[in-house]
Amino acid sequence: MDWITTVDHKKIAILYLWAGGLFFGIGGLEAILIRIQLIKPMNTFLDAQTFNELITMHGTTMIFLGVMPVIFALMNAVIPLQIGARDVAFPFLNSLGFWTFLFGGLLLNLSWVMGGAPDAGWTAYTPLSGKGYSASHGVDFYTIGLQIAGLGTLIGGINFLATIITMRAPGMSFMRMPMFAWATFITSAIILFAFPAVTVGLVLLTFDRILDANFFDVAGGGNPVLWQHIFWIFGHPEVYILILPAFGIISEVIPTFSRKRLFGYSSMVFATILIAFLGFMVWAHHMFTTGLGPVANALFSVSTMLIAVPTGIKIFNWLFTMWGGQVRFTTPNLFAAGFIPTFTMGGVTGVMLASAPADFQFHDTYFVVAHFHYVIVGGLVLGLFAGLHYWWPKMFGRMLSESLGKWTFWTFIIGFHLTFFVQHFLGLMGMQRRVFTYLPNQQFDTLNLVSTVGAFLMGVGMIIFLVNVFLTSRRPADAPDDPWEDGRTLEWTIPSPPPEYNFKQTPLVRGLDAFWKEKMAGHKGMTPAEPVGPIHMPSATILPFLMSVGIFIAGLGFMFSRDEFSSSIMSFLFNNYIVTALGLLITFGSMLMRSLFDDHGWHIEPEELEGR
Amino acid sequence: MTTAHAEAADGTLPHEPEKATLEGRNKVLAFWLFLGGEAVLFGTLFATFLALRNQTNEGPSAAELFHLPLVAAATLLLLVSSLTSVFAIQAMHRGNVAQLRNWLLVTVLLGLAFLILEIYEFSVYVRHEEFGMTTSAFSSAFYTLVGFHGAHVAFGILWIAVLIGQLLHKGLTVVTAPKIYVSAMYWHFIDVVWVFIFTVVYLLGKVG
Repeated sequence: MDWITTVDHKKIAILYLWAGGLFFGIGGLEAILIRIQLIKPMNTFLDAQTFNELITMHGTTMIFLGVMPVIFALMNAVIPLQIGARDVAFPFLNSLGFWTFLFGGLLLNLSWVMGGAPDAGWTAYTPLSGKGYSASHGVDFYTIGLQIAGLGTLIGGINFLATIITMRAPGMSFMRMPMFAWATFITSAIILFAFPAVTVGLVLLTFDRILDANFFDVAGGGNPVLWQHIFWIFGHPEVYILILPAFGIISEVIPTFSRKRLFGYSSMVFATILIAFLGFMVWAHHMFTTGLGPVANALFSVSTMLIAVPTGIKIFNWLFTMWGGQVRFTTPNLFAAGFIPTFTMGGVTGVMLASAPADFQFHDTYFVVAHFHYVIVGGLVLGLFAGLHYWWPKMFGRMLSESLGKWTFWTFIIGFHLTFFVQHFLGLMGMQRRVFTYLPNQQFDTLNLVSTVGAFLMGVGMIIFLVNVFLTSRRPADAPDDPWEDGRTLEWTIPSPPPEYNFKQTPLVRGLDAFWKEKMAGHKGMTPAEPVGPIHMPSATILPFLMSVGIFIAGLGFMFSRDEFSSSIMSFLFNNYIVTALGLLITFGSMLMRSLFDDHGWHIEPEELEGR
Repeated sequence: MTTAHAEAADGTLPHEPEKATLEGRNKVLAFWLFLGGEAVLFGTLFATFLALRNQTNEGPSAAELFHLPLVAAATLLLLVSSLTSVFAIQAMHRGNVAQLRNWLLVTVLLGLAFLILEIYEFSVYVRHEEFGMTTSAFSSAFYTLVGFHGAHVAFGILWIAVLIGQLLHKGLTVVTAPKIYVSAMYWHFIDVVWVFIFTVVYLLGKVG
């Protein structure tokens, strides 16, 4: 009950971590099934329909329900601490964001047991995702589930933007903000301007499927390419929503374990902003083969290649940070160091794909699959592993085992390169993506076998990580405030795990890497910016949970509103939108409750603070 | 957060009560950000409409369908409602709760009148022109864009109505003031969106 009603950003972070981890596991199992099917030519392990459902759900789950919540977990756990705040700007909305994400994800995954998962690919290209080709409710689960989950992401984005703008500790100017906070800030801005586009796209697709609208139906005057534009004007920035937080994590981990300040801090900030800006300019590079014409292709080609410049700045700054530093290869730093070459390889194939004529060759082959897995797994997932190992003691008060962590790293990264490196060559040899099997003796056999073996090795790495988490959870919570001993930022100045009010007194920030600066000046901790006083805390509330339940019910109701049911009661309830109305009633009722009854919160008194 | 609910020491409200607390300032800031997202949302809907506005699929076209005097009347109602919400905020800044309440009430009524005109317009199209959601890509885009705006108006009416209730119940405080201020921002936003709809959908439909 405590977990359902909590509005504490640190607990919400843990909720995001467990829920994201659960979906990540589901997505991983789907990946393993895909790789088993492709282990040999003409395999009959899965049929074509199941394979389509698996690749669709693998992509969708991993992007929206796996890695994004884990990113949000780290942001929630760390950002208020790094900027010296007691909480996020809107604790209530923070909780609402989590619950809408969770119920959206549950709705999407209900499709497995309620008559077929979505099967049109994670991009849901029309007309494949239209009723003509995808008659089951699968794509409805996709559109409505993602809609609800996306709401949570948007809320989270706005919350972080407001938090970072208004709640930084005294003295922390923007140019003294840690890089992870910068990455979160820019990521949230991208979320704010990218997610409403996919909201509209999903609404249009829902209307096409449930209300028989004609947006993407050529027979009714619609245009399928419109879907691709709307999807990618969201979908390309989404890539940067995923990777910029990883950049932020790497920029925290490397300086800490090099005992040096980040090389080129201000160029890192501006590179981040530039990447975000360019990220919005390049969506049509996903559409070179749809026939946009040579002028459009050339423009999008050049603007895409431009992104390599700020990204290159980042890569070199990380290398220069390590250069001459007292580098310690702890588990987080191993992951960070492994990230750099791996992500660079993904970036290089990105430039190759950005060349429109070359893309005509690479398009829809395993070369593309290899490229984006290098970026998203080799970049983001390695970054997340670095961040999780780095901040685990702060989140839970327990150090993860270093030796198991190193086992995780080596099995995972070797498995990763085995899986995806060979896929570049499979793609160049002409193996198509999204096809459930292939013929023998096309020279695909051995490389596919290698790829599948690699996938299992990655699975082993994940299991070692889970074992590490399990064993760690049974040990006493005795991590020191600054467990890595070279912590540079504010989160390392307070106990692990932090008390619910974070900072007894808001710290005064006197420079970049605030804590490091004080250490170098010979101080033990931060100078407080205020006297000890009562701390105002928001009350726990169940309303966000209820609102999300309401939206979930309404979504289900809307989805089945045109169905024929064998029982007349069911037909009556669904076909007259009674279920939908009930769900909306719960949601709006909860909103009304929130509006009518003010939450005055409560105070922690100074005596209580001293008592601890 | 420590001063989140603190009132001014002598019990009177500050000049701009919506910005008196950190919570209030956060609310106003976050709402500007939210409106940025809403702008993208409507931008995407407008782009969709512009891409499909001539795809009539042998159904009625914009030029045959639209009746400008009706739309002009609706526009006038909505523009005036934006003005009355400005009056409401000015009354709030003067600390005049009765005037604030009355101007909010006028705003809600004007919004309601606009909504009734829109429902009437849609019902005419559906009944007499056989122009429904499924008729053509143009019709789908029209109902989605204009309907989304209408849903925003309906939500705004409900929201401001609840706020009026809250104002009567709790009075004007540093807690209620940011909510009223933010709802006025929302109302201006949907007004601006309507100006674009009037231009891009109706005027362009008649002459473009």
